Amino acid sequence: MNRQVTKLAVASLILLSALIVATTYWQTWASAGLAEKQDNAIQRVAQFRIKRGVIRAADGTLLATNVRRKAGGQTLYFRRYPTRGLFAQLVGYSTQVRSRAGLEESENAYLTSSNANLGTILNKTLDKIKGVTITGNDLILSVRPRIQRLAMSQLAGKCGAAVVMNPKTGKVYALASQPTYDPNLVENHFNLIKAPGAPCHPAAPLLNRATDGLFTPGSTFKVVTATAALNAHKFTPESTFYDPGYCVEYGKQVSNAASPDGPVESFGHPTLAEGLQHSINSVFCNVGKAIGAGLILDYMKKFGFYKDPPLETPANERTPSGLYHGGRLFFPPHPATQVDPGRLAFGQETLAVTPLQMAMVASTIAKRGVAMNPQVLDRVVDSGGKTIVRVHPKELRRVMSRQTADEITSMMVAAVNDGTGSAAAIPGISVAGKTGTAETGTSGINTTWFICFAPAENPKVAVAVTLENQTGFGGTTAAPIAKLLMQAVLSPRSNK
Amino acid sequence: MSLRNRELLNLVVVGTLTALGFASVYIARQSVVSTASLSYAAFFFALYLVAHLVARYAVPYADPYLLPMAALLTAIGLTEIYRIHPGDAFRQGVWIIIAVAVFAGTLIGLRRDYRRLESYKYIFGLTAIGLLVLPALPGLGTTVNGARLWIHVGSLQFQPGEIAKLCLIVFLAGYLREKREVLAQGRLKDFGPLLVIWGGAMLVLVETNDLGSALLYFGIFLAMLYVATGRLLYTAIGLSLFLGGSYFVYTRVAHVHDRVTIWLHPWTTQPVYCPLNGHMVLRQYCQSDQLVKSLYSVSNGGFGGTGFGKGTFETVVQTPHGERSVQLIPYVNTDFIYSALAQELGLIGISALLLVFMLFVARGMRIALLADDGFSKLAAAGLTFGFALQTFIIVGGILRIIPLTGITLPFVSYGGSSVVANFVLLAGLLLVSNRANAPRDA
Repeated sequence: MNRQVTKLAVASLILLSALIVATTYWQTWASAGLAEKQDNAIQRVAQFRIKRGVIRAADGTLLATNVRRKAGGQTLYFRRYPTRGLFAQLVGYSTQVRSRAGLEESENAYLTSSNANLGTILNKTLDKIKGVTITGNDLILSVRPRIQRLAMSQLAGKCGAAVVMNPKTGKVYALASQPTYDPNLVENHFNLIKAPGAPCHPAAPLLNRATDGLFTPGSTFKVVTATAALNAHKFTPESTFYDPGYCVEYGKQVSNAASPDGPVESFGHPTLAEGLQHSINSVFCNVGKAIGAGLILDYMKKFGFYKDPPLETPANERTPSGLYHGGRLFFPPHPATQVDPGRLAFGQETLAVTPLQMAMVASTIAKRGVAMNPQVLDRVVDSGGKTIVRVHPKELRRVMSRQTADEITSMMVAAVNDGTGSAAAIPGISVAGKTGTAETGTSGINTTWFICFAPAENPKVAVAVTLENQTGFGGTTAAPIAKLLMQAVLSPRSNK
Repeated sequence: MSLRNRELLNLVVVGTLTALGFASVYIARQSVVSTASLSYAAFFFALYLVAHLVARYAVPYADPYLLPMAALLTAIGLTEIYRIHPGDAFRQGVWIIIAVAVFAGTLIGLRRDYRRLESYKYIFGLTAIGLLVLPALPGLGTTVNGARLWIHVGSLQFQPGEIAKLCLIVFLAGYLREKREVLAQGRLKDFGPLLVIWGGAMLVLVETNDLGSALLYFGIFLAMLYVATGRLLYTAIGLSLFLGGSYFVYTRVAHVHDRVTIWLHPWTTQPVYCPLNGHMVLRQYCQSDQLVKSLYSVSNGGFGGTGFGKGTFETVVQTPHGERSVQLIPYVNTDFIYSALAQELGLIGISALLLVFMLFVARGMRIALLADDGFSKLAAAGLTFGFALQTFIIVGGILRIIPLTGITLPFVSYGGSSVVANFVLLAGLLLVSNRANAPRDA
């Protein structure tokens, strides 16, 4: 029987070796895939043994901090958000049940000290060997709670977003989105997160409308069209047009927008500058037809359209601006035949843009033609208080010549001083701004806009404000909010 | 060096390792466990010293590696049980004392000649059947985790399958020793017993709802039949009968069908019907919840593991009644102790553990080779193969090689019946080995 016993022994050992092979598979090859699984609680809980770094605003206000909990002899660190809904979409959340969002997701590596910084790796390894809790790095943001609070209170009860940034550095002071939610509820009371009474459907309180919300830009887009027309030397601010109150496209009349004071006006023989100042659709319609959709699309790309607007938040919480077809971003290969240049020129067609992108447009004009990279992260500080990363201002590209930028600035100043944007005028300070009132398809219901910067000669703040489902105009709804936000930044109290 | 001194030396090594294991759990979990944990190692070493002295007296010529290997596996199991739930470790310690006592009793009682068991083979066979039927009796058996494998007498829980396995092996060793020549001739009428046992295995499968147990008993039978007759054809026929029968049961019994579905598709992207709560949910949140959680535990170990006492096994959640601790691995003490060990020991540690299992099997088979009579050979081969197959069925189930079955990992899992049965198995192997190695003076 020994022959059989030997064979049985070999068979038994093969069975047991298969276990080693299978264990190797699960612990090496399959390991990364399993770690990604939504329902992998072990992976997530393991992360909660790390004492995450805290997140602070520019003035030191705590935006995200930890509470300690004991579970079966291990210490777990759960997140608390003291400012509740104030920075909800930007800061996001880190939970066991619903994973992470916002900066908690995109800056997870710093917050958990798993970034590849040499000092961090050394500290973490030492902590591991010593059995000490691993402590993450802290994030200090550039956002200012005072500005953010003002923006959120101005948007309260509405659906919309506001972006306030420094045009010279790209540092973001406020990134507001309403309706909002309390991130402290995400872990255990997710079903309580609702936005009752929000005048939009779906209310989507978790959506960061500033970076991920898409809206028709309306007349604010005329700044982009004007940039293309002037910088490509197709027109000058003094070029004159004939305005019968409408523009003829493909044999159809496209009329000017109704003015806040009454029915559709006709302006006779306005210049391009007056066209922007009074937001005359027929002027831009003719500009669009003259320069063609292709040139406008080129300048859109220079401004940053057709790419996720740069910011430190997760890529899936930012959306590119541009033409959309059937819910998808659409870049026409043959713009001459595929796009209506007249409607594109005054910001209708199938354009959809994010408030952050429009803030970048205002900021680029303010920076005399140079687009800056919007940044919300100011620095990363390790657990010992040492700054390990300092985020420096970053130039994206020159979009237009200084001369073009200056020409558009004076056109925008005129729009505020004696045009559609007069509600944003600040006594003693020259404000450059542009209104937008985009049709939504439902008559009488508009998406309203205001983009602006101030002081015009030495800009310190650029703002974009968007409001959904408005019956008013950009100049009457969004411009007053933008004015308050600019004033808040320019008043000495906030200059920290 | 004499065999027993070698055994003692190995036990000293195991004792040191046990002390290190408990010390590392103590260091990692000072807030939960007390310094008393270190006394476990001392207790353990004393207990194995007793087992060693009994072996010295009763089986002086037995293999010197089996007892230290069993001690090592038990120690690793106890350390992990201690890390998971110190209270269970105490109960397990009591069970190990009982098991060592039974082990000592078996060795001393059968030290002269265990082969007289052969004459009681039918009693063993009937006992095996009786024990297997017990859990199916109403009022006695309980369904745990969808399978009827347990009996309850008062507060005492018992898994009779573990003992039934040993009885079955003794019966088969006796029966096959007697009938092996006849069976080898391959006359059709001799296939009767084969079919009866196949029917028995199927019955076990249907009654206990448990594919793994049926596979274990039938696998042991086929292996011993092969060793006795040397005819691979029988094994092939038996295996195809088993597969055919299993397929039939699979199509008819919902629980078995579910087990296979869970095995093949533990994750779904679309909600499926969940019989546990009647809702439509993803399968990983319902029926395959245990399997995937245990796999997450295994994979979280990675190459080096988290270290003893540092694995992630539980968390806290907020409920309307306050905070509550939640286990992240189901049945972590018993069926899924391998998943816990894999997380804390990592690939390196768990492979070493599996190598100990393999060494145990190699030594067991060596004993079967050295034994000089048919009964001893068959018994040793059967016991060793049963040990190997049981390990394969539970760990293979966890690792998705085969559908998951809730049986214990020999020597490692928490559970009284399992520990006692495995120590009896160890005693059996030592008895055979002692006889094979003993100098011939008669």
